[in-house]
Amino acid sequence: MQTLIQPHTIPVLEITGLTRQFGGLRAVSDFNVRLEANELVGLIGPNGAGKTTVFNLVSGFYQPSAGTIRIGGVSTAGLKPHRVTALGVARTFQNIRLWPDMTVLDNIRVAQHHRLGYGFFHGIARSSRYRAREAAIEREAYELLEVFQLTPFAADCPKNLPYGTQRKLEIARALSTKPQLLLLDEPAAGLNSADVHELIRLVRWIHGHFDVTIWMIEHHMDVMMELCQRIKVIDFGETIAEGTPETIRNHPAVISAYLGDETI
Amino acid sequence: MVLRHYTVPILLAVAGGVLLYVAKEELVSLYVLSVLMFMGVNVILATSLNLVNGYMGEFSCGHAGFMCVGAYVASILGVLLFSGHKAFGAAWLPAELAVWGFPLLILAGGAAAALAGLLVAIPSYKTRGDYLAIITLAANYIIISLIENLDIIGGSRGFMGMKKIVNGMEEAVALPWMPLWVLAFTVFCVWLLRRYLSSTFGKGVTAISQDEVAAEIMSIDTNKIKTITFMLSSGLAGIAGGLFAFIVGYVNPGSFNILKSTEVLVMVYLGGMGSLSGSILAAILFTVLLEALRPLQIIKWVVIPLLLIIIMQFRPEGLMGNRELGDLFPRLKRFYRFK
Amino acid sequence: MLASLLQNLINALQWGSFYALIALGYTLVYGVLTLINFAHGDVFMVGAYIAFFVATFLLAAAGLPGWAALALTIPLTMLLTSLVGVSLERIAYRPLRRKGANRLYVVITALMCGLILEHANLALLGASRKAFPTLIDEQVYTLGGVSFTNLKIAVIVTAVLVFVLLHWIVTRTRVGMAMRAISCDKFAVPLMGIPIDTIIVATFALGSGMAGLAGLLFAMSYPILEPYMGALIGWKAFIAAVVGGIGDIRGAFLGGFLLGAVEIMVVAFFPSTFRDLIAFSVLMIILVWKPTGLFGVAKTTKI
Repeated sequence: MQTLIQPHTIPVLEITGLTRQFGGLRAVSDFNVRLEANELVGLIGPNGAGKTTVFNLVSGFYQPSAGTIRIGGVSTAGLKPHRVTALGVARTFQNIRLWPDMTVLDNIRVAQHHRLGYGFFHGIARSSRYRAREAAIEREAYELLEVFQLTPFAADCPKNLPYGTQRKLEIARALSTKPQLLLLDEPAAGLNSADVHELIRLVRWIHGHFDVTIWMIEHHMDVMMELCQRIKVIDFGETIAEGTPETIRNHPAVISAYLGDETI
Repeated sequence: MVLRHYTVPILLAVAGGVLLYVAKEELVSLYVLSVLMFMGVNVILATSLNLVNGYMGEFSCGHAGFMCVGAYVASILGVLLFSGHKAFGAAWLPAELAVWGFPLLILAGGAAAALAGLLVAIPSYKTRGDYLAIITLAANYIIISLIENLDIIGGSRGFMGMKKIVNGMEEAVALPWMPLWVLAFTVFCVWLLRRYLSSTFGKGVTAISQDEVAAEIMSIDTNKIKTITFMLSSGLAGIAGGLFAFIVGYVNPGSFNILKSTEVLVMVYLGGMGSLSGSILAAILFTVLLEALRPLQIIKWVVIPLLLIIIMQFRPEGLMGNRELGDLFPRLKRFYRFK
Repeated sequence: MLASLLQNLINALQWGSFYALIALGYTLVYGVLTLINFAHGDVFMVGAYIAFFVATFLLAAAGLPGWAALALTIPLTMLLTSLVGVSLERIAYRPLRRKGANRLYVVITALMCGLILEHANLALLGASRKAFPTLIDEQVYTLGGVSFTNLKIAVIVTAVLVFVLLHWIVTRTRVGMAMRAISCDKFAVPLMGIPIDTIIVATFALGSGMAGLAGLLFAMSYPILEPYMGALIGWKAFIAAVVGGIGDIRGAFLGGFLLGAVEIMVVAFFPSTFRDLIAFSVLMIILVWKPTGLFGVAKTTKI
């Protein structure tokens, strides 16, 4: 796969030799990936394979023990998560992490801190810059809620919304930061089958409408097979397979990782 | 109603006018006036602590320490500039100038207290919850202990001379300066908090309290917001401290001990975490209660805690919960706007 | 030099014993309920007063000899102080907990309970200080320039014994196991058929009993009682518990001795007015360096 890509373009995400150790445990070891603009890529692996750790490293929540992560050519070494967000990485979480007691509108608005364009004193003085920026942020937030069909809930608190709607809101919140790279961590977890179908439609629609690269972790294989252009498989922190959904489906290493060796 | 934009300023102007009139004509006793002023001080203390304890979800229990810094800095600066002191020599400026200099004194106290707030803000990057609570507690003790050991400003005996400045102000321009300034600063503090918390920038504070990890990953510079929030909270406590010092005319470290911090905590939780109007209400009620029960002497401190325990049994989320006046009575919103 | 160091060490151990005994009560309740029981310092004060009344009664009214009075005073004080602690839990904390109040409201209630205990005492008994009767004759031994009394040694030994006993209770008995289970997951525990309220009452009884014992020992060592004696020492013991890593009894024990040592050393080398300043600065530095205390385990956020 890698050879097909023209070497002169700057990838949206480039990870080389990424390793993360927790005490004696190597959660991620020598992980490499290169995501181009507008790709939709999957990351799968058995439980505890280190998938979420990779996402945590990319979003800056953990610092790597070794290796580099580049977002649009810029290294994220030593950056705190909010700085990584400013570089254009947004994510959702396995267990939804919305701000449960803030309104839906505020959940979107508050996620714009990296591009607020005003600080404490403008906020207190209600300067013209403050008013212009707040108006713009509110307008954009409403636009986003509208396309996600969340406008009727704008004044509700997420804790009172159905689970599927919370998932959708979390994706909307991530997109509101204007990312180049969107990380979806098990977006289908906890959804019923109707919701899963809607999720597939939603992700495909986002991929078509927003100028964004999507990288997702998911256990629902049908979701991955249907959506992803290519899939990476990891186990015990190491890459064991990579390719189109078709290749992955029949890859012996993947089958043995998921189902165990036939010798058992 | 366009008028609603002016409701609050008009009400405040009327309140100021009435205050001015009553104080000037001596329609109420000095005692009532001082209770009113303590109310203002308590409102500032309660709302500013609510910023940290209610909105940011930390448990700061050393608010009186920052009040202490503000009180001492404002007092010392005031005495140094406008009245002279045996340790510092004669006044540097004529006493009449105090009329103009007074708000600057109070603000200087607030600024110093805001700097002292760094004592808590910086550990808060790594330390959270009850461990941070201890750091605030320790900060309270450290500040008081430091002042007790500074003999030049009186140590544990305290520091005085502020009455002279207040008298000087009233001699220069015959107005009841203290009540007016307390009213002005109280409104200023609540207004400041209200504006901070209603901006998208300030809502980062609430986001941190509800999910700090999500806040950091979803673009919020949590350390910056924590620093600003702690400094704002302690700075406002410093303003309250400065006002307190000039109302009483005398400060000693003992007035800013844990018991004072406890009083402020009680006001915050009585009013409701995350409700500025709740804190205002609770501060007023608490001040009144404290004065009304004064005849009971020592039993007062049995009756008040008992009352509070009973109130909390019936309203375990505080008087206002985490709602504001406008949320409780939506119709009121038609008549006023405070932002 | 060595002698004075040893002398300070013994003083520090004795002074730290009081902090350790009180800190153990804080940490026990915190470990089970994540409740900062701010009334605990005042429960210690009440314990000292209970010891005073019991001892005075036994000596004067019952006419017992000192050693017999002491032997009876210890269990009686611990029992009566336990009752005080358990009543606080039943009357003030439990209803709030049942209503699902934010835990900080319970903390504020605890603060209020402490104020009530202090001032009710002041109102009932007046501001005059009480002199604690002598139960055993204090004997001074001197060994190579280091002097210590039988009382000091008894205080230190008691603190260590109580710690060992408590450690045994928490790690080896069914009640202790239930306590640890509640601190891990208080929603699963009732489902497992563990009577959660009984365990909480047991926790308060144990913690307050130790505070009572500390009160008795304190009153014997410094035989002047006054209503505010528990406030400052209580706050400090709480800080000691947190520095050790709140919720961990080893942490509370160590934290108590650490605070005692720091305070005694400060007084040995600086003017005594610097005691709080330096002691609290040291504790603050420790907490900044180890944000969850010496024994505390950092809670890892899983995302």
